Amino acid sequence: MMQQAFRFDPVELPPAAKALRREVRAFLDDNHASLGNRRDHDQAFSRKMAERGWIGMTWPKQYGGHERTAFERYVMIEEMLAAGAPVGFHWTADRQSGPNILRYGSDEQKDYFLPRIVRAELSFCIGMSEPDSGSDLAGTRTRAVKVDGGFRINGSKLWTSNAHRADYMILFCKMADAGQDEVDRHAGATQFLVDLKNSPGIEIRPVINLLGEHHFNQLFLTDLFVPDNRLFGEIGNGWRQVSSELAFERSGPDRFLVLFKLLTEMVRVAGPNPDRATASALGRLVAQLATLRRMSLSIAGMLQEGLQPLNEAAVTKDLGTRYEQDLPVMARQLFPAEPELAAVDTYVSMLARATMNAPRLSIQGGTREILRGIIARGLGLR
Amino acid sequence: MRDETRMLLESVGRLFEDHCTKAVADSAETGTFPHALWQAVSDTGVPLAALPESAGGADAEWSDLCAVLRVAGRHAAPIPLAETMLAAWVASSAGLEVTEKPMTVGPVRGDDRLTLERDGNGWRLSGRASRLPWATDAGRIVLLADTADGAMAVVLDGTAGAELAAGRNMAGEPRDTLSFSGLRVAGDAVARAAAGVDRAALYRRGALARAVLMAGALERALDTAVTYAGERKQFGRPIGKFQAVQQNLAVMAGQVAAAGAAADLGVEALSIDDPAKQEFLIAIAKTRVGDAATLASEIAHQVHGAIGFTKEYSLQLSTRRLWSWRDEFGGDTEWAAKVGTYVCGGGADALWPTLTDG
Ligand SMILES: Cc1cc2nc3c(=O)[nH]c(=O)nc-3n(C[C@H](O)[C@H](O)[C@H](O)COP(=O)(O)OP(=O)(O)OC[C@H]3O[C@@H](n4cnc5c(N)ncnc54)[C@H](O)[C@@H]3O)c2cc1C
Repeated sequence: MMQQAFRFDPVELPPAAKALRREVRAFLDDNHASLGNRRDHDQAFSRKMAERGWIGMTWPKQYGGHERTAFERYVMIEEMLAAGAPVGFHWTADRQSGPNILRYGSDEQKDYFLPRIVRAELSFCIGMSEPDSGSDLAGTRTRAVKVDGGFRINGSKLWTSNAHRADYMILFCKMADAGQDEVDRHAGATQFLVDLKNSPGIEIRPVINLLGEHHFNQLFLTDLFVPDNRLFGEIGNGWRQVSSELAFERSGPDRFLVLFKLLTEMVRVAGPNPDRATASALGRLVAQLATLRRMSLSIAGMLQEGLQPLNEAAVTKDLGTRYEQDLPVMARQLFPAEPELAAVDTYVSMLARATMNAPRLSIQGGTREILRGIIARGLGLR
Repeated sequence: MRDETRMLLESVGRLFEDHCTKAVADSAETGTFPHALWQAVSDTGVPLAALPESAGGADAEWSDLCAVLRVAGRHAAPIPLAETMLAAWVASSAGLEVTEKPMTVGPVRGDDRLTLERDGNGWRLSGRASRLPWATDAGRIVLLADTADGAMAVVLDGTAGAELAAGRNMAGEPRDTLSFSGLRVAGDAVARAAAGVDRAALYRRGALARAVLMAGALERALDTAVTYAGERKQFGRPIGKFQAVQQNLAVMAGQVAAAGAAADLGVEALSIDDPAKQEFLIAIAKTRVGDAATLASEIAHQVHGAIGFTKEYSLQLSTRRLWSWRDEFGGDTEWAAKVGTYVCGGGADALWPTLTDG
């Protein structure tokens, strides 16, 4: 018989993680006024977290990290997410850029970037998608050419979240001499650490999302010069590096705690004695969330063992986004209202926020279809 | 997992592999109890393993029993293994004797009531126990009944003296309804169950056992579907090469993985003393696994085309069980309502602490 395709081993949180949960809750109580939207860039808030040692928690002390377990990091971030803490400033760096620098960066890069990330001095964004290269990341058209002392880069990036605020972007592109290799579509793929604040040759234009917010951007790179010491990893190794980065991106509880506040508000509206149909509809949602948490904890366990749970992360993200997109659907069936972002009633405004945010959940970080393709490969079908 | 557990699972897995053939499953459905299979399982000591050594058991943990049930579910073993484990748990907690014969336990439905009234040095049993699994095949029937001063466990040697309405679930597993109108029971067949062993606890454990069995059956259904998708060819290639089929199987795999995780969550809840908290977690397990059963069996059939709709092909051994088990010991709607009632009772601000406790 076939081996079980995916591993979700039970894990038990170590006592240190439980103690940390209390600490984080106390911190959140003290900073109650700052809570609201996790996507907010609030460097002051990130600094406070940095003072507590909650950025780069699992990284080596040598680089300012705290050498704590993946479980402790898990607990810290799920508490932050559930509370809607404004962790946007350091989020990308802490989740994926930093870990990937640790894995592929030069010694100089590790020494320079990691301590600054840990102190909430530098924030990062993700330069993968382009106008003509979304799901098909290997189809990137951005090209780098070796020049004296560095590289000259031309191309465009799209959907780059927070590029207008971030200090650095990890750019994914190809070397110009890679051409359009149809045999090895990953040939020549290369990454760079791009200084967004101090590089001529970068134009950042806002792209307003359907909520009317300026969250993502389009970047135009015109003869952008990147010095040799900001080549990230090796020339031609970009595909492997970006895959690792995506694994970090997909592995966390941020994939099913975006709209947690709506679930809380639904419980509030239901009141202490809901009828059976309401109780059971809410119960199904809670059962899904509890199961997702458990799966996500198993993933933390695998990260702690140094594994790269690509398939498990894809499974959890796919289930997580399905669940979160069901939340506003169930909410309006159970507790009808005319949603409005600015409503005073928290339920009504959360319903608006959730309804309008729902579509992005199964697109960013890899679309639902792409994730299911990864899962199918894990099943041996591709 | 402990090494002993792993070894046990391997040997039980081999045993089911050998005994749970299509022929055995088919004849079990037409009323032939698979004695050879039962004997083989019984010889491993698994059914009574949770009993103390003094009572012929091995002091095994319920988590180990559940691991075995998952394997049994994977093989669609047509025997009252979960019921025997539960019966042994109830009877031995009351100090009543158990045997190595197949046993069953009840009531398995929330709306059934049994009562015992004193009659000299014995008792009289009245009331109804609906849809008792394998009641006619069981050498012992262990029931929980109410008396004037609390709940008692009663052990019957068979269905003699009861009015019996035979029934079967969609998988052809016996589910017999027994009605008693003052059946005389000897004094030594009745005893008070230990504290914590009551109808609600039996219902919880039964629901958990069904969730675990379903998690196993789901794994088998996924294996079957993925294997089939790799073998069946249409348009010149295996159907598993078509993206639409891959996407369906990916969804199914997600549901199966979630079911496994949810079942584990329920099993761990057994070590929690607070009955309300334990019920909350088991309710999560039964709900989530039940929902997964619904979604995953639909896809498993879709992938198979017409062959999956035949009695000849083995997929139905898993899916008919999933469709049956999801409603036994309370369906997912009932258990989901318990989850919802629990969180609403705690209030919105307690939701997160409730989810992250422990
Ligand atoms: C809110 C938000 C923030 C984002 N932030 C960033 C960021 O910071 N940095 C960054 O680099 N990117 C970011 N993205 C971009 C995101 O990664 C892409 O949108 C995503 O990878 C999909 O690419 P696309 O939008 O071009 O869609 P496409 O790839 O064109 O896909 C369109 C549709 O076709 C389907 N499709 C495509 N290929 C296949 C296939 N092989 N099989 C089946 N179906 C297929 C897709 O699933 C989708 O349904 C963000 C996106 C959003 C919504």
